[in-house]
Amino acid sequence: MTAQQIIFLIAAIYTLASGVLTVTSRNLIHAAFWLISAFFGVAAIYALLNANFIAIVQIVVYVGAIAILFIFAVMLTRRDLRVSEHRLNKGWQIGAALAAALFVGMVSMLAQWSGFTKTADAFPTQFDAVGALGEALTSPNAYVLPFEVASALLLAALVGAVYVAFNPRADENSEAQK
Amino acid sequence: MIPLSWYLILAAALFCVGLFGMLTRRNVVAILFGIELMLNAVNINLVSFWRYGEITSMSGQVFTIIVFAVAAAEVSVGLALVISAYRRRNTIVADELDMLKW
Repeated sequence: MTAQQIIFLIAAIYTLASGVLTVTSRNLIHAAFWLISAFFGVAAIYALLNANFIAIVQIVVYVGAIAILFIFAVMLTRRDLRVSEHRLNKGWQIGAALAAALFVGMVSMLAQWSGFTKTADAFPTQFDAVGALGEALTSPNAYVLPFEVASALLLAALVGAVYVAFNPRADENSEAQK
Repeated sequence: MIPLSWYLILAAALFCVGLFGMLTRRNVVAILFGIELMLNAVNINLVSFWRYGEITSMSGQVFTIIVFAVAAAEVSVGLALVISAYRRRNTIVADELDMLKW
């Protein structure tokens, strides 16, 4: 076993264990912290795949922004800090069976694919992946249109989130109290 | 060297863990946790296919960036909905948010 394989196995087991704890923790705050830990594990996997920029973006966007948003939402919506008695719904066995069946199905289907055990060529040392990614995102011959559509989507999500979460009655109440 | 299968099996397992969380958790925020895990599993697939395929074509990484943007949009709108629903119904348990049931 090479060092790379050992690092992969550690990162993979860490990510999967964090993921399982995320979906089974009784306390939602604990679940949010396990989710952050799973994001770090995925960032380690990206680094192993020579996608350094994606690994950094994973930490900045997921851990830095999305996870903090989750923790805010958990803290803003909990009535009390006690743990609710039922964290899973009644049909959780069906969900578990579906997830297990999907995993077995995906792996058995992939096992028949000829490229499944392919190994990567050595990463070319002079190749500037970040520069190539930047060019791909801004070149009209490549992905500038999806990039712009993504920015429009983010703007629409921003406006939509503000509109949905905005509470007109809160202003009236605070003015009435004055 | 690590064969491609290891990454694909990891991504499949992470996707199924996220699917389990999405299907079975009662709390709406925890359902969003499951969706995030699934999106991360998809991203592992995209990046590993980039690494094991044609490195000079950056499609895999570009798609990963787009998925990041979509995930951020999804989380912001989803959490705004959760907060709005909590304000009106005082609960975020998915079984009790049944305004659309008839």
